[in-house]
Amino acid sequence: MLSIENVRSAYGRIEVLHGVTLHVEAGEIVTLIGANGAGKTTLLHAISGVQPIMDGSIRFAGNPIEQLPAHMRVGLGISQVPEGRQLFEPLSVKDNLRLGAWSRRDEDLEPELARARAMFPMLDAFWERPAGTLSGGQQQMLAIGRALMAKPRLLLLDEPSMGLAPNLVDHVLAVIRALKDDKLTILLVEQNARAALAIADRAYVLETGRITLSGTAAEIAADARVRDAYLGI
Amino acid sequence: MAELLQFVFSGLTVGAIYALVALGFTLIYKASDIINFAQGEFVMLGGMITVFAAQAGLPLPVAALLAIFLTTAVGLALHRFAVAPARGATPVALIMITIGASIFLRGVAQIVFDKRFHSLPSLFGGDPIKIGGAAILPQSLVVLASASIIVLVLWLFIDRTMLGKAVIATAANRLAARLIGVDTRSIVDFSFAVSAAIGAIAGILITPIALTSYDAGTLLALKGFAAAMLGGIGSAPGAVVGGLMIGMIEALSAGYISSNYKDAVAFLIILVVLIFIPQGLFGRAKVERV
Repeated sequence: MLSIENVRSAYGRIEVLHGVTLHVEAGEIVTLIGANGAGKTTLLHAISGVQPIMDGSIRFAGNPIEQLPAHMRVGLGISQVPEGRQLFEPLSVKDNLRLGAWSRRDEDLEPELARARAMFPMLDAFWERPAGTLSGGQQQMLAIGRALMAKPRLLLLDEPSMGLAPNLVDHVLAVIRALKDDKLTILLVEQNARAALAIADRAYVLETGRITLSGTAAEIAADARVRDAYLGI
Repeated sequence: MAELLQFVFSGLTVGAIYALVALGFTLIYKASDIINFAQGEFVMLGGMITVFAAQAGLPLPVAALLAIFLTTAVGLALHRFAVAPARGATPVALIMITIGASIFLRGVAQIVFDKRFHSLPSLFGGDPIKIGGAAILPQSLVVLASASIIVLVLWLFIDRTMLGKAVIATAANRLAARLIGVDTRSIVDFSFAVSAAIGAIAGILITPIALTSYDAGTLLALKGFAAAMLGGIGSAPGAVVGGLMIGMIEALSAGYISSNYKDAVAFLIILVVLIFIPQGLFGRAKVERV
């Protein structure tokens, strides 16, 4: 579904992705693990089209998309839950969700809004409240709900468990599993490598802008270096 | 008492114009973080194009519509051809571009039009209406009514339409707006167009009262900027209140102190705001949350 080849990207003159190659098949959860500053968020931004790439190709459903502007990529079915939620804080929960469907705004949104309400019951009581007044866990649910409003075929999740209490982390992971059961394809970036490997099918390890390891989640979880560096065992 | 009433009326009238100019600043600043110093030239173009189109024989309402249309096109062109190509430049560089555009537009107006002062007939004649001993020009009421309608329409648009919400979303979080598929460049295009249209309307409204000329925009932009600062840059209600306050303070100081200092008042207010309340009356202090 998604195939990235030899992608290089830089901030100014500092190159942070030195030729990244990976692929995500339909229906998979693939996780990308790596330390802070390895380039995980940059890669997701490049896939969404909000970070320019200097070289390489990004193909989605067989078609090259690296030349498309960000807003057209959402229309194709690539939706992202960005790091740090990035909600529209002055707007209500409902408006955040409705804006999530901006790329398909001519359609009837009521079924999707009802679905989001059912999926995230904790948002229901805050329906008309500004998103900025929600707690961290509620904000994360809203960020996921907003991304789903676009009816994506591929969901990019950037650190969805960051800064959440352990019970909320479990909740987020349960939501991701439920999405997989709904046949959604997911690329998950997570600093909580243990949790990510537990729900992923396959994994890549990104180190200072290069993929250094790839395999099934079980293989990666069993790798001595990964256990040492990312799982703390 | 009649004297005070008179000053209040003229303060409100000119304040409504400042409020419209300030709203133009606010809209563009919200969508793009740019202070557009060519905002005053939109006001000038609105007045001057109407004057010359009317002189050319067009009926006044048609001339006014043409002026709004052409000024909107200029606003759009300013973004497309001057600001957008410099995407990624620092805010200071972008502000310089708008200052350059402002000088350019003044120069072009000087050549296309002329260097003289011009006026327009007011919509309901020039005979003042007496209220409580004060004389109000009918045009003042037109200005106040039109400004109120623009503010109301703008508020309804922002509050009730998805496009309005997308403008707020872009202002609140540009990255997130792009990630949900908002073409943020079009949103900024749109904000320049609407700001230009509002500026043009302000220019058309004020011309029967205050005259216009190729360089009338400079001072209006500075007053409007002072109003936006006073209200809190980026706050639409702040822009309206700030505009009315500056107009009022200016009229009262001209009436009770000396009209020589009328234009200095706005600059004094900018200084006071910057020193004592840099976030303005309605602006929120920037708090970085992690």
